Amino acid sequence: MGKQWIKGSVLFLLMVAAPFFVSLYYVNIFTEILIFGIFAISLNILVGQTGLVSLGHAAFFGAGAYATGLAASHLSTNVFLTIAIGMLLAFLLAILIGFVSTKAHGFYFLMLTLACSQMVYSIIYQWTDVTGGSNGLSGIPSPSLFGDFLLSNQVFIYYFVLVVFAIVMIVINRLLHSPLGYVFIGIKENEDRMKSIGYNTTFYKNISFLIAGTLGGLAGSLYVFFNGFVAPTDVYWTVSGSVLIMVLVGGAGTLWGPVIGAAFIVVLETIISSYTESWMMIIGTAFILFTIFAPSGIAGLFSNLTGRIFKTRPKPVVEDYVEQAIEPIKQQSKING
Amino acid sequence: MDTLVLQLMNALSYGFLLFIITCGISLVFGILGVLNLAHGSLYLLGSYMGYSIVVKSGLPFWVALLVVPFIIAVIGLILEVILLRPTYKLGHLSQVLLTFGLAYIFHDLFSIIWGKNIMTVTPPAFLSQSVEVMGNMIPSYRLALIVVGIVIALALWYTQEKTKWGAVIRAGLSDKEMVGGLGINIHLVFTLVFFFGSFLAGIGGVLGSPILGVAPGMEFNILILSLVVLVVGGLGSVSGTIVASLLVGMVETFSRFYVPELSLIITFALMAAVLIIRPQGLIGRRA
Repeated sequence: MGKQWIKGSVLFLLMVAAPFFVSLYYVNIFTEILIFGIFAISLNILVGQTGLVSLGHAAFFGAGAYATGLAASHLSTNVFLTIAIGMLLAFLLAILIGFVSTKAHGFYFLMLTLACSQMVYSIIYQWTDVTGGSNGLSGIPSPSLFGDFLLSNQVFIYYFVLVVFAIVMIVINRLLHSPLGYVFIGIKENEDRMKSIGYNTTFYKNISFLIAGTLGGLAGSLYVFFNGFVAPTDVYWTVSGSVLIMVLVGGAGTLWGPVIGAAFIVVLETIISSYTESWMMIIGTAFILFTIFAPSGIAGLFSNLTGRIFKTRPKPVVEDYVEQAIEPIKQQSKING
Repeated sequence: MDTLVLQLMNALSYGFLLFIITCGISLVFGILGVLNLAHGSLYLLGSYMGYSIVVKSGLPFWVALLVVPFIIAVIGLILEVILLRPTYKLGHLSQVLLTFGLAYIFHDLFSIIWGKNIMTVTPPAFLSQSVEVMGNMIPSYRLALIVVGIVIALALWYTQEKTKWGAVIRAGLSDKEMVGGLGINIHLVFTLVFFFGSFLAGIGGVLGSPILGVAPGMEFNILILSLVVLVVGGLGSVSGTIVASLLVGMVETFSRFYVPELSLIITFALMAAVLIIRPQGLIGRRA
């Protein structure tokens, strides 16, 4: 525990110092990594922790982004208020979608979340009066922190996002090791047994969905302040796909895996798009290679490597991911006959 | 009344097109247990190849219809042998993710080869006029599509219910291990089913291009629509798929006609409703 805190604090201080040493271009990339890191962490609660593979997480990202953007344009530019509004909408949406989709298992859960998020997408796309339709929502003012202090430049935004990110990491770390976190893992490992022990697994799946959705909304809210613009393409199912790729490439079920995955994808995208437009192809290839050769992701590779060097066993948290990936589908194929 | 008949014809032809596309994904999902997220990409590849043959090379439409499905099927075969066959031990979810990665790769390949413009394919000359049905001018291509859809549906039904191969497929849907135990090379069946599924995607691609057009990114729309049909119809029955595709075709066409701004929402709401009320699909077997 103590060691982890020291590591975390050193990393935090390094990140605080970063804007003094690197150019604004890199600061922006860092901000993007942190925001998508939060987004990936939120999906990881579902995928890695509870074993529910969702392909509709962009709905919450979009809900948070649009609610925050609209609130900032029409209501108030206070950063806490607007983010709270974004998270509230994402929370309400998560209640609704969670209620519908946690009734299903395996592939059907995946398709229900996909369908729900596409519904959100088409509402945003069609409701031109409010959301600006396909043109997106632009002209979002800079948020104000306290009174007149505006988060007007990218470095301020970076620091704000960094602080939020640190808080999220601490909270999620706590969650992973709390009784609630263990119930989630129990559901992932063997839902029937959790039921027979007496847990209301549907209720806990809903809780997991709510936490994940609300955090996804937070990522969306931060994104809209960082980007100053949000379009329906940010809610499209390919975004849900990308964030799922981040989680799986990084290492589902680990604390840092999703963040590493987000960093990997954002950096890859930035580097590749300066050479060629075909970044989707490269990411697709990387993803396929990871799925075949490193199913536990970068975090899994890393702990394997350190395990080999220091002759220690890799952390079990990473190892059980492979089993989890197969488990819900095994049940599914039994069900399908 | 007039517009009703016209819309009904549109809905029917659209529904049969959906049927042709979804049959492939449904068969593959049923037998291999892999939800092929690259199915839409195979469809679009068929459309693009049809475009190249019909518009660019100026060859007749039926040449495209004969050649393209075979090429797509062979590509599907190669994908199955190279990517899916070695990865069965990883579990189905990993395989689904593999096909998702494939869809990403195809997306960029299309824009490299065919560019990013929206293209249209003209239907063959003898089908480009309109036919009068009950006082309405219906484009004859749409009527032909309905006929082709019915023929394919009958052929599939016959194959699945009356032939030995169909028996193997039905048995595979119920219990793969048992089929293997009876001395049938289940891996060969997997490969052939994937071959055939891709073949259907290719037919759908060629037939769909004059109606839906050819545009980058549309593979995802097609994929989502076929997932909707798959869920609504239930798994592994030709009749379920056909009922669901016609239903989705109707809902989509009529809602687009009467409440255009809500059409997408209504279609997805239909899927969500079916999943909640009858998770096994309208005609699927009991889960």
